[in-house]
Amino acid sequence: MLKLEHLKKRYKTGPWVLKDISFEVPEGEIVGLIGPSGAGKSTLIRCINRLIEPSEGNIYLADACLSKLSTSQMRTQRRKIGMIFQEYALVERLSVMENVLSGRLGYLPFWRSFLRKFPSNDIDNAFEYLDRVGLIDHANKRADELSGGQRQRVGIARALAQDPRLLLVDEPTASLDPKTSRQIMRLIQSICRENGLPAIINIHDVPLAQQFVDRIIGLQGGEVVFDGKPDELTEDVLTRIYGDEDWHPEPQDDADELEQVEVA
Amino acid sequence: MGQLDQSTLWHSNNRRHARIIWGFWFITVLLTVYCWQVMNEETMWVFVYDAPEQGADLLSRMFPPNWLYINQLYEALWDTLNIATLGTLLGVILAFPVAFLAARNTTPSTKFVRPVALFIIAASRSINSLIWALLLVSILGPGILAGIIAIGLRSIGFVAKLLYESIEETNGTSVEAIESTGASRFQVINYAIIPQILPAFLSIAIFRWDINIRESTILGLVGAGGIGLFLSSSLNTLAWPQVTLIILVILATVVVSEYFSAKVRSLLI
Amino acid sequence: MRTWQRPHYLVPNKRWRLALWVMFIAYLVVGIGSVEVNWMRAYEGLDRGAKFLAGFLQPDFTSRAKDIYAGILESLTMTVTSTVVGILLSLPFGVGAARNISPKPVYLFCRSFIALSRSMQEIIVAIFLVALFGFGAFAGFLTLTYATIGFLGKLLAEEIEGIDRKQLEAISATGASWLQRVHMAIWPQVMPRMIGLSFYRFDINFRESAVIGIVGAGGIGATLNTAIDRYEYDSAGAILLIIIVIVMACEYLSGWIRKWVS
Repeated sequence: MLKLEHLKKRYKTGPWVLKDISFEVPEGEIVGLIGPSGAGKSTLIRCINRLIEPSEGNIYLADACLSKLSTSQMRTQRRKIGMIFQEYALVERLSVMENVLSGRLGYLPFWRSFLRKFPSNDIDNAFEYLDRVGLIDHANKRADELSGGQRQRVGIARALAQDPRLLLVDEPTASLDPKTSRQIMRLIQSICRENGLPAIINIHDVPLAQQFVDRIIGLQGGEVVFDGKPDELTEDVLTRIYGDEDWHPEPQDDADELEQVEVA
Repeated sequence: MGQLDQSTLWHSNNRRHARIIWGFWFITVLLTVYCWQVMNEETMWVFVYDAPEQGADLLSRMFPPNWLYINQLYEALWDTLNIATLGTLLGVILAFPVAFLAARNTTPSTKFVRPVALFIIAASRSINSLIWALLLVSILGPGILAGIIAIGLRSIGFVAKLLYESIEETNGTSVEAIESTGASRFQVINYAIIPQILPAFLSIAIFRWDINIRESTILGLVGAGGIGLFLSSSLNTLAWPQVTLIILVILATVVVSEYFSAKVRSLLI
Repeated sequence: MRTWQRPHYLVPNKRWRLALWVMFIAYLVVGIGSVEVNWMRAYEGLDRGAKFLAGFLQPDFTSRAKDIYAGILESLTMTVTSTVVGILLSLPFGVGAARNISPKPVYLFCRSFIALSRSMQEIIVAIFLVALFGFGAFAGFLTLTYATIGFLGKLLAEEIEGIDRKQLEAISATGASWLQRVHMAIWPQVMPRMIGLSFYRFDINFRESAVIGIVGAGGIGATLNTAIDRYEYDSAGAILLIIIVIVMACEYLSGWIRKWVS
């Protein structure tokens, strides 16, 4: 379904952020991408829909080679790739409904989107997605009136509105409390299951990843250092990804500390 | 050892600092004195010493103001309002695309288009609306139209500069999010950028309107219509009581427009 | 089938929205209608407009070089002297107009002086000062100094009124005199911003110095006025370009100095 071949990225003349990354994601598989800050997780995920241009290598989605497409061809491919962001990335001064409908922009000519004349089909679906994420009563509120967890649900509904073939999820729980984090992860998981959607979830909370994903890829210094089932993630492997640390006393919520260790 | 090094470093740095500052003051004083001399080479000091007398004489002629003259000013005030408002509209409409071409995150090309847009902004900002009016009166002939266009041209730079700064401050991930849905460039602007800058935009436009009211009161001095025309003709005929009244009317207009614009802007925020 | 309409946050009431639009359009119709345009004259002007554009693109620096040089020199010297003197005078006025450190009568006097200076456009002040002091750069210098006092005085007063009270109290507690208080507690807090604002005002003074020449107060404005009156658009273009370049240079320089100060 999604295939990365020898993907490399460097910014201008800086060091290589991604060094030769290759893996495949089959239909319906949820992949958790873990690794210390600066390992290149965000860059990797943005290279797939080319919000960041990869320097070398190829990316295939179904049978299209994304890395070779022109900008306008890429736009039609982007419609099929839903993306969920760390800080929700809603347009705060637009209504919740407009935020969800913005997922349809790739399918509409400019004038229709400008006049907010969305096809009634899109509107029906948008209401359905809002219902699915539990926000049906908030459709006409402004996005900045919502709480963090609610905003992330709007972000999910926007991605759903794209009718995607693939979900890219960038640190979906980084700004949420542990309970809301689990609710959001469960929502993303069940949506992927219902639609057989493959997803790549960038996440730094390892136990949370283990709880909700089918497969874990560990990234370190721009390279894949682990690729396997969540239960194969042993202390050894964690050390390989994050560096030395006593993993026993509940490693969760220690992300900040881990980063500091990494820097030191 | 490290501490010793640091403290000597700090001292020498400090001394260098002090030297630069003294040098700066020295040059400023020197430059000011030199400029003073060059500037006053042709000053007729007789006139300057004479000024208090002249001032007293002028004041006695200016008061009391010619209150009845106000009846002839209503139409000119309406013209002034139109020059400011229509000029602001013109400026805002033209500034909008310029701002998008000048902002780093929306410009189609940083190498070619952005410098041109920045030059337009700089040119419009550096040249006072009175000079624009002077030029336009010479090109189009005297009248309100020249005033409107002058105000418009001067407003482009002001509005576009503040607007492009606020475009550059917009939240980048919201823009990324809209881009990731496959939206076109214009859709991204429409959905991700405009909602974010709209309040700033309205506030800038009203702020500029307020400034424009003030500026349009004097455009008549060079023939570009409005109440300034009456000021000019009263000055030419040495009708000082009329001049006093016109200046009072201008002051009142400026105060009212300032109050109005502050009110509306506080409603927007 | 569900319908959805975009909610309006600015003016939620539909009737009000409609009313505002109607008022706006009515104004446009009446306002534009009252603009009397002599279309014949404007049409003839197109030719001159094209000439001006050509002059702007191919400016003529040489044929009026002497006048331009003299005018620019006068503008620059006026700007330097009036900015320096204006800054010096704005200090007492600014301190006097700060409510938290000045006695009431001084405060009222300084405030009204500043208000008067700010509400009068430079050009009107220039007209009067030319009448009093005669034509030439001296009247221009006075005009710009007067305007600088109003501009910087107000900002300085606001800055002082917004300072940290605790520091002021701490210094007062040591038994410092009024002057010492101003020097030790207030000056360090407001200085960085005042330096930035002074350079900004330098920039404004230069731009204004190009205008007040139109009414005889010296500077490049007079040269520009003559050039435009004689339809010498290539010389006018040259002058405008010089003004633009100097203003851009000032802005660049003041940005650089502001960075250096902070």
